[in-house]
Amino acid sequence: MTAYDIIFYLLGGFILGNAVLAMTTPKIFRAAIFLLFTLMGVAGLYFWMHVEFVAAVQIIVYVGGIVVLIIFSIFLTQESGTKMPKVNNKRMVFSLLASVCGIVLTMLLINQYAFPEIATTTLDASPNKIGMQMLDYSERGYALPFEVISILLLSAMVGCITIALKSNPEEV
Amino acid sequence: MEVTLIHILFLSTSLFFIGMFGLFTRRNMITMLMAVELILNSVNINFVAFNKFLYPEQLTGVFFTIFIIAIAAAEAAVAIAIIIHIYRNHKSIDVEDSQDMKY
Repeated sequence: MTAYDIIFYLLGGFILGNAVLAMTTPKIFRAAIFLLFTLMGVAGLYFWMHVEFVAAVQIIVYVGGIVVLIIFSIFLTQESGTKMPKVNNKRMVFSLLASVCGIVLTMLLINQYAFPEIATTTLDASPNKIGMQMLDYSERGYALPFEVISILLLSAMVGCITIALKSNPEEV
Repeated sequence: MEVTLIHILFLSTSLFFIGMFGLFTRRNMITMLMAVELILNSVNINFVAFNKFLYPEQLTGVFFTIFIIAIAAAEAAVAIAIIIHIYRNHKSIDVEDSQDMKY
């Protein structure tokens, strides 16, 4: 067991612990903060796997964007300090049962599946290579999905503004 | 114990079902959105792990991850716009309270 493995187990424990807390804590603002730590842990896992570009994107988009958006919407919609109503016991038990059964089933399947040989070459995910392939319009490039996703993002932003705009009945 | 692909898959499976548990139990729209974010993150971990451990000569998994992150950002923005709009009309973001389009 090397330091490399120990770091993985520490990161895994950090991610799962914070995820459980984010899903069970009764205060919504605390749930958002635990979600932030979970996403930071996932970014750490990407660093551990040597895909630094994805880790940076994860931190910028999730931690810097989505979590801040969620925290703003918490402040806009409710008292952040109040506790959420308790879940009834029946629903709690059954969803716990469903989740545990799902975990066990999926882990059994993963354990039995014969994965192909672990490759020996290392992954080269430098921003340079990713950028070149992203804008490549030949056979193996991703220029078309890149354009599609740009249009999707733009239309989603326009849609957000339209939905969240304050509708004033006098002006219509 | 040396960490292999299977350990990472176990981690992402656990993260996925923790997110499912949150989606089942929480009745508040913002916390349900957080659960969806966790689920999307577990999928991203899977993509990167498969890419790194099985097919390191390609970058397909990394590209899928980047596209999923972009779509997740768009989805979160639209969801929060809808939640704020619902809050203005109903003064509540509990899923049990928003039943206008149910029947």
